[in-house]
Amino acid sequence: MSVLVYTENWDGKFKKATFELVSYAAKVAEMIGSTVSAVSIGKVDETELGKLGNYGADKILKVESENLKSLDNQVYTDILAQAAVAEGAQVIIISHNNTGKAVASRLSVRLKAAVGAGLIKLPVSTEPFTVCKKVFSGKAFANVVLKTDVKVLTLTQNSFELVETENKASVESFAAEVGEPKTVVKDVQKQTGKILLTDAEIVVSGGRGMKSSDNWGVIEELAGVLEAATACSRPVSDEGWRPHEEHTGQTGKIIAPNLYIAAGISGAIQHMAGISSSKCIVAINTDSDAPVFEYADYGIVGDALKVLPALTNAVKEAKNK
Amino acid sequence: MKILVCLGNVPDTTTKVKFGDGKALDKTGVQWIINPWDELALTRAMELKEDAGNPVNSVTVITVGGKDAEPTMRKALAIGADDAIRVDAEPVDAFSVAAQIAEAVKDKNFDIILSGIESSDYNGSMMGGMLAEFLEIPSVSAVSGLELKGSEVELTRDIDGGKEQVTVSAPFVAVVQKGIAKEPRIAAMRGIMMARKKPLNVVPVTPVEPLADYVSFELPQPKPPCKMVDAENVVSLVELLQNEAKVL
Ligand SMILES: Cc1cc2nc3c(=O)[nH]c(=O)nc-3n(C[C@H](O)[C@H](O)[C@H](O)COP(=O)(O)OP(=O)(O)OC[C@H]3O[C@@H](n4cnc5c(N)ncnc54)[C@H](O)[C@@H]3O)c2cc1C
Ligand SMILES: Nc1ncnc2c1ncn2[C@@H]1O[C@H](COP(=O)(O)O)[C@@H](O)[C@H]1O
Repeated sequence: MSVLVYTENWDGKFKKATFELVSYAAKVAEMIGSTVSAVSIGKVDETELGKLGNYGADKILKVESENLKSLDNQVYTDILAQAAVAEGAQVIIISHNNTGKAVASRLSVRLKAAVGAGLIKLPVSTEPFTVCKKVFSGKAFANVVLKTDVKVLTLTQNSFELVETENKASVESFAAEVGEPKTVVKDVQKQTGKILLTDAEIVVSGGRGMKSSDNWGVIEELAGVLEAATACSRPVSDEGWRPHEEHTGQTGKIIAPNLYIAAGISGAIQHMAGISSSKCIVAINTDSDAPVFEYADYGIVGDALKVLPALTNAVKEAKNK
Repeated sequence: MKILVCLGNVPDTTTKVKFGDGKALDKTGVQWIINPWDELALTRAMELKEDAGNPVNSVTVITVGGKDAEPTMRKALAIGADDAIRVDAEPVDAFSVAAQIAEAVKDKNFDIILSGIESSDYNGSMMGGMLAEFLEIPSVSAVSGLELKGSEVELTRDIDGGKEQVTVSAPFVAVVQKGIAKEPRIAAMRGIMMARKKPLNVVPVTPVEPLADYVSFELPQPKPPCKMVDAENVVSLVELLQNEAKVL
């Protein structure tokens, strides 16, 4: 019996999101009275693997093979299914990111395991096994009973606190049968040196109220001092003021940072659908009736082009104290 | 080459959702639309078919849904799909939807199957991958570009922190997202007229036991009103973010 957690790595390194996932797995294991086995696919060194123990992994299964350099959904699903069977997994925990969604869905069918997708908190109960998830783009919550013996849970990034433990995890090689990948990668373009929107704890975002791409300097400066990622509304990326990767909302990225600063964004429901899980929302808008203030925790009525630089200075001063 | 597009029928985003007895969505007054990503998938499928250099013979749309999903299917036919399939069942969970689509299409030799990355109602992001697993074919997820180069298919997929160009041989499922097409296509008058004559086949359901039960729904707690800070006093905003919200 165990809780199995898939710990994805990026060029051999884990991220904070990985440790959140392991912390979550440890809590679920506590709820059902079992232990945590982590599966790592691809080359990761022992020191890095050891870090999983600090967040509650009891055992680490590492799978290394030449065929695992890039993601093939079927191959990764095969490996996780074999590990789940070997470990007698009752609950399988996976990140609700691109890779996670791709393998969790296949794994569900393979193991006939019900999925609780995109969770933001611990299961509500274990008998029956009930999870609470957001539905209708955050306009409501649903309680969902997962009826199968094995369950797959995918956790939204940035929705669970890190919990450090004194655990020492054992590391073993897991001899999974690894098939030939069918997805062939021809080319890769990596974003470098930027904080990724999906990883960021703070996001500074601009809308059409920023008036032109020339005014983005003030957004970037504030993002710089806050170590934040930058984002935008859909019209801004449609206009080509900002790259498409930055667009948040119903048709863009769905994120849940600790702090989301919306400057010159009206707060259309389609935009808010992507960011309403943020723990704290700050809105800066010239129009005191803008809908964004209905969602925001803190608001400033004013010109973003003036307020943002002032905010940058205030943050700098606060950090120097 | 035959393309299949999976369409979810979802409430318009601006719908104020209500749950009569807390057990199911109250459908009165709800405007139904094609799930936004599926609409982009259909748009891309039409673009591929219309480009004469491509060997695309047909675009079929499929939905799992009751009779009330038919206007949405007609809309897809008006946008340009050649035919439509409706599996006559209420969609309960992604697993049962995928099982039913798999059953309906397993002998139909589709080369490319497109599904959206997420349905805007139950927000699972699971159906496409599940369908590929039922059909035992490859899946490529988070696809923001799909090009045909002869019989070769090149896909662009998002990975954490970048993009990859990948190829995979048909048949496969592509789970698509923003970027796959620029603007969703709107039906023109001529398309609407033609759609009436196009086939909308209703297929009976194969019984599938859903793995998950949506037992109850809740609306979020009303949030406290926004605290307003004077534009001249951003220092106090920083203090609030540090000491009250504790996010800095
Ligand atoms: C099917 C569908 C899907 C959609 N998906 C998305 C999505 O995923 N993401 C998304 O963002 N949108 C989406 N939209 C569009 C959405 O409905 C809105 O049109 C869009 O979010 C508005 O963007 P905005 O707030 O930047 O611009 P606007 O609505 O033009 O708002 C600009 C705001 O800036 C304020 N302003 C002006 N000048 C200043 C200044 N100097 N300082 C401060 N404030 C100023 C104005 O008061 C106004 O509130 C979608 C729409 C549809 C129909
Ligand atoms: N009832 C349905 N009929 C056909 N396709 C569906 C249905 N529900 C969802 N889909 C497809 O599955 C995708 C992802 O849905 P989901 O897993 O529910 O988030 C959608 O974008 C659609 O392409």
